[in-house]
Amino acid sequence: MENRLRLLRAQRNWSQQDLAGRLEVSRQSVNAIETGKYDPSLPLAFRIAELFELPIEEIFVSPSRRSSGAI
Amino acid sequence: MTARSTAWKTYNFRIIGLSLLYAGFLLPVVYGFKHHLIPGALQYVAAVLPALPIVGFFVAMGRYLVEEPDEYVRMLRVREMLWAMGFTLSCATVWGFLDSFGLVGHADGYWIVILWYFGQGIGAVANKLTLGTSAC
Repeated sequence: MENRLRLLRAQRNWSQQDLAGRLEVSRQSVNAIETGKYDPSLPLAFRIAELFELPIEEIFVSPSRRSSGAI
Repeated sequence: MTARSTAWKTYNFRIIGLSLLYAGFLLPVVYGFKHHLIPGALQYVAAVLPALPIVGFFVAMGRYLVEEPDEYVRMLRVREMLWAMGFTLSCATVWGFLDSFGLVGHADGYWIVILWYFGQGIGAVANKLTLGTSAC
C-alpha cells in the first residue's frame, strides 16, 4: 500500500531504526511498510497514525481511491 | 526491537532443550532395543519416547508464532512454514506413489521432519527473492 511514512519519518530526522523503536517493531517491518511490500494490520496502522498525530488516511493511501484517481 | 526478538530466543532455547531431550531418549532406547532389554508392551512406550521431543518442536513453533510480537516477522515465518508444508507434503506424496509402485524403497516417517526444516530454508530463500528479506 502506498504511504507517506518515509516522508513523515524524514521530516522528523528519524532513522528506520528510530521509528521501529518507537513503534516497537523491527527495522525490517518499517522498511517493508515504507516500500509498500507489507500492509500493516489495523492496530499497527493506528499506532503509526497516533505516533505522527495524523489520521490514518493522511499516511496510507487507500488503494481503491488511488485506482479511481480520487487521489 | 530486532527480528531476533525475545520470542525467537525463547524458541531457540526450547529447541535446544528438546534436542537434548531427544538425544537423551534416543540413545538408551536404541541401546535397549539392540540388546533386547525392553520387554513386551513397554517397547511401544520406548519407541514413542524419542518422537515426543520432535512433536515438541512443532509445539514450540506454534508457541513462537503466538509469542512473536512483530507482525511482519511473524508473517515471514508463517510464509516459511507454508513453503515447508507444501514442500514436505509434495515430497511425501510423490515418494508415496513411487513407493506404491515399487520403484523406490520405503522411507522412514521421521524424514518428514527433516524435509520440513529443509522446506523452511526454501521458504526463507523465497522470502528473500520475493520480499527482499527473510526472518533468518
